[in-house]
Amino acid sequence: MSAAKRYLTLNSRDLRLELEELYAAYTACLDEERFEEWPEFFVEHCLYKIVPRENFERGLPLATWLCESKGYLADRVTAIRKTAVYAPRYVRRMVSGVRVLGWNDGMLEVRANYVALETLQDELTRVFNTGQYRDKLVVEDGRLKFKEKLCIFDSLLVPNSLIYPL
Amino acid sequence: MGTRHVWPREGVSRIPYWIYSDPEIYAREQERIFCGPSWNYVALEAELPRPGDFKRTFIGEKPVVVVRDEEDSINVVENRCAHRGVQFCQKHLGSVAEFMCPYHQWTYDLKGNLIGVPFRRGVKKQGGMPADFDLKNHGLRRLGVARRHGVIFASFASDLEPLEEYFGPSMLALFDRVFDGRELRVLGYSRQLTPANWKLMFENIKDPYHASLLHVFLVSFGLFRADQPSKVQMDATGRHGALISWRGDQKKTEDHADMKSLIDNFKLQDSTLLEPVREFPEYTVVMTTLWPNLIIQQQSNTLAMRQLVTRGPAAFELAWTYFGYADDDEDMTRRRLRQANLMGPAGFVSIDDSEVMKFSQSGVGPYPERAGVMEMGGRDWKDEQHMVTESVIRAFYAYYRRVMEL
Repeated sequence: MSAAKRYLTLNSRDLRLELEELYAAYTACLDEERFEEWPEFFVEHCLYKIVPRENFERGLPLATWLCESKGYLADRVTAIRKTAVYAPRYVRRMVSGVRVLGWNDGMLEVRANYVALETLQDELTRVFNTGQYRDKLVVEDGRLKFKEKLCIFDSLLVPNSLIYPL
Repeated sequence: MGTRHVWPREGVSRIPYWIYSDPEIYAREQERIFCGPSWNYVALEAELPRPGDFKRTFIGEKPVVVVRDEEDSINVVENRCAHRGVQFCQKHLGSVAEFMCPYHQWTYDLKGNLIGVPFRRGVKKQGGMPADFDLKNHGLRRLGVARRHGVIFASFASDLEPLEEYFGPSMLALFDRVFDGRELRVLGYSRQLTPANWKLMFENIKDPYHASLLHVFLVSFGLFRADQPSKVQMDATGRHGALISWRGDQKKTEDHADMKSLIDNFKLQDSTLLEPVREFPEYTVVMTTLWPNLIIQQQSNTLAMRQLVTRGPAAFELAWTYFGYADDDEDMTRRRLRQANLMGPAGFVSIDDSEVMKFSQSGVGPYPERAGVMEMGGRDWKDEQHMVTESVIRAFYAYYRRVMEL
């Protein structure tokens, strides 16, 4: 049985376990700042966007962060590593309420809540960003990868700068 | 102002650090600058296309509402009920037939006139307002409004010069370059809270000296270099300024040895981010700072209003409104949205600025008795044909000192 077919025939409990693994691996990659591995969670022709909820709800197209390909994701990583100037920080991401909407056009639609906590030197840890992931996943190389990942954030007033991915 | 508020004798080539943190100075800025004789940016007309459409915003730290009425006039009123001061409007944007304060349901029309007071005549002949209570005397306080080519400004002052005179000829020409009368289309919003004094934001956009040094991204991808053809312009008062640059032929030169951050052979994997098309005559980038709360960004094809909202001496909100034109084709809109990656809270370029402004505040805040040096390009201020200058910042402070009597 092909990998894609295997996913399609998984019962919902097993699918949830797969997704739990995926989101745990995704957040661990980012929390541990292994940014170079981050694009590998996506397929080549992907869409990654961080969007203020007010834009999303009004149908306004502007994203705070827009990547339209895996190469774009890698460029963001290069900026984080080589060009951007910023204060040291830790960001930790929590994902919960993972919900499977179903398969559509060969893509698995998933929604989840996320919270990103930010810790800066000399400051108490704060809720930096919170919102909803609206994800579309496909099977590639025998595993689930993001074809589309939208981070629609409630915390409209961004505490200064958004440097690491969510 | 006490003796501790004495500007250094060198003049505007020194910036005393107490201006960034002192609560008395901040209070005086609110009174004399934001509530004084200045045209403050409040909205784009495209945000309120129909009668009843409103936008909630701020001038300095004072909440106001911008609303279009049935006669297509734009009114700006204090977001403060005339009764007990409730900030009655709580949504960023919306549409109403009238404004009603939720506390006691005082109701106002779209011009801010008070049109209804519940129990005005009392209940069962008990209570009620005094017989001589006149609705006409209790409307929302209205601000002066000026509009030009789809952009709305407001002022707490009553006898202010027309907007065109306020800008002056050189700034007006730059304004009209982007706002040429074409209908605008809002592409979206971005908001960030920067823990720094509001003037540091203006300094940043009036300072072309930093751009080729701090912004490794710009330099690495050839978007901006210190030897690029460029100029700085100001109005006659010094309060407004513009940094202007355009593409030229540059080779790697010895001057670049000074830029420690230059990364060679650095290529984007996806170059669609940086495929601008020539859209405006002559210049590639024009960053205009209009006293006292607006930055107009034209960075290649990405256009935005950056509105400064003060949040105490040590913080400001930067409200970004990205826009294009109603007649943009899909490719142009896509270009604007892609290039928006350079700017905003997650911008390849502007991350550096917001972080550095925070570093500035954490340096100047605890040392109010010290002063900064502002001597790049001289000690006075005038238009220049290069970007190795802090002239525009000195001009800003020359005007600031006059208004603040410092």
